[in-house]
Amino acid sequence: MSTGNRVQAVPAQRKPLFDWKELAYKGLAPVAGMVVALLIGAVMLLFLDVNPFTAYGSMISGSFGSVSGLTQTLVKATPLLLVGLGICIAFRASVINIGGEGQIIVGALMGTWFPLTFRDWPGFLLIPATLIMGFAAGAVWGFIPGILKAKLKVNEILSTVMMNAIALQLMNLLLRSVLMDQAGIDAGTYLAQSERLPEQVWLARLVPQTLLHSGAIVAVVLAVLVYIFLWRTTVGYCIRAVGLNPDASRFAGINVPFYQALSLTLAGGFAGIAGTIEVIGVQHRLLEGITSGYGFSGIVAALFGGLHPLGTIPASVLFGALLVGGDKMQRAVQVPNSLIDAILGLVVLFVVGSALWQKRMLARRQAELARANEVKA
Amino acid sequence: MTEIISLPVIIGILTSATRLATPYLFASIGESIGQSSGVVNLGVDGIMLISAYAAFFVVLNTGSLGLGLLAAILVGLLMGLLMSFISVTLKAEQGISGIGLYMFGLGLSSLLFKTTIGTVKTVSGFPVVKIPLLGDIPVIGEIFFRHNMLVYAAFLLVPLAWWFMEKTTWGLKIKSVGQNPAAADSLGVNVNVVRYASVCIGSMLAGVAGASLSIALLNLFQDNLTAGMGFIAVALVYFGGWKPLGILGGAMLFSTVNAFQLWMQVLGVAIPSDIAVMLPYLLTIAALAVAVNRGRQPAALNKPFERGEN
Repeated sequence: MSTGNRVQAVPAQRKPLFDWKELAYKGLAPVAGMVVALLIGAVMLLFLDVNPFTAYGSMISGSFGSVSGLTQTLVKATPLLLVGLGICIAFRASVINIGGEGQIIVGALMGTWFPLTFRDWPGFLLIPATLIMGFAAGAVWGFIPGILKAKLKVNEILSTVMMNAIALQLMNLLLRSVLMDQAGIDAGTYLAQSERLPEQVWLARLVPQTLLHSGAIVAVVLAVLVYIFLWRTTVGYCIRAVGLNPDASRFAGINVPFYQALSLTLAGGFAGIAGTIEVIGVQHRLLEGITSGYGFSGIVAALFGGLHPLGTIPASVLFGALLVGGDKMQRAVQVPNSLIDAILGLVVLFVVGSALWQKRMLARRQAELARANEVKA
Repeated sequence: MTEIISLPVIIGILTSATRLATPYLFASIGESIGQSSGVVNLGVDGIMLISAYAAFFVVLNTGSLGLGLLAAILVGLLMGLLMSFISVTLKAEQGISGIGLYMFGLGLSSLLFKTTIGTVKTVSGFPVVKIPLLGDIPVIGEIFFRHNMLVYAAFLLVPLAWWFMEKTTWGLKIKSVGQNPAAADSLGVNVNVVRYASVCIGSMLAGVAGASLSIALLNLFQDNLTAGMGFIAVALVYFGGWKPLGILGGAMLFSTVNAFQLWMQVLGVAIPSDIAVMLPYLLTIAALAVAVNRGRQPAALNKPFERGEN
């Protein structure tokens, strides 16, 4: 080791795999945001003459307090996670996909039409094929706004919102005509739902007497795959680079519009799988309201999870609990679960609003680490 | 088919189109002012919903249209302040915070509606006021001059907004902040205050748009009354090239298509209603695709401003 003048080069930072302080800062903001949103919700409850403790208590016991509640939470968490994974990819590319609802719908449509058309295929063939086709359908629904953004610079937020409305009308049209359950027509009820799907395409139930299905496992596996994709492959790297600095990426030779369109397509695919899984795993047929607002709450889950596929897993469970709890609360204290929608909106506001604070905290952390490395060297 | 395309039907469609354009004009022109200063507000739909509720609730309980309108404007202002705080002061990602605001407005209006009103009720909203001489002109009079006050106000907003943005110092400040905030800042313009003001003007106009739905055009309130109208209003800003006249064109085009499909359904023309309802949205996407060539986007749109950092 030389003595005397040391040229202070910027020390290479050896980051530990898990920087607990950094994770704390990243996790603190969303959690604090959630707490504040719930507090505001409590104020709203007080206005409505409802005891917030009773209301929130019924939410917690409803979503975690029983096997039924817990499995319902996980059932709701599955589509949230899937949509959230797509959002992670898209938002990381700085492409704001609000088309989740429409992409879920076309995934659900494909998940209905495909098994009904190929009803003679055996289960081990039909299930994966349906899932892949569902992904493809959603991907197409994401590709359209994607190519519009890449080629014509159309604002993807607006185009995806329009695609939602179009998909909804498409589903209404099909449900009332070609896809309508023949049994309903014969019986004269004309319910806006499809025929029951062939049994071999139904996803296996994980816990008997509940709705929890193997789609939950598929979702978690996909989450790990998306993590590997984003952080351990070149394509994923390009997607993240495009999101962090499109200009620098362009100068580095990355085709920015291509990766933006790709991320929207992938996001659509994941939302499509969510729709397919809801149809083949939970309902076993297509009916109105299949999306249950997951296209929006999936965004909240992804944001809450720090736009990280693995962080979205606990976030989805949390929001699944919130949604299930909201239904229970509605029954227990007669407060409409629109309150939950309002709270979700507030959570979004607080999470994005805290980004500045988070950036400052993380910058401070970087400086801390740099100083620590200096001292070591 | 030819019996359908007759003069009374055409007049009917255009009259409906004029009425239907009202909320779009208010919301879209308001949003264009906010966007001209560099802030995208996607929460317009949520603002419209909560303001529509506020106006409806006040009119239902007091019968005063003026108070209802005022309530809507006030609620719009509050939502605008929230949006400004999150987007300008906290420099949050504007697109996402707008969606958060939308979700909040949707949820809150639904919650308040279900708990304070419950069922779908109607009120006597703004009455039709026939303009004395102009309203008697054979075809044109019927189409344009026999509406309620808010419709007239919406159309008057077009030249007013044009004058405000093009001929006043405030308009210049707003546009400069949207094109080059650093330069404006160096000249002493308080970028953040200008952005706050323009976003709030936009949100107050969105409030009026909401009120126009619940106490002038439809005279009722129900869950998700707007059904995405606010997003279409934002799209119209792009289509209209951030100029009031362009927005007027876009709004009239959109509402004419809308009125057309509504009338076709009423007349029993054999277009499946689901396809007909899709038409306006398809049109909007097509319009957005075309809009790229119309007018330039404010250069600093969607970029938070920090002195020294650009």
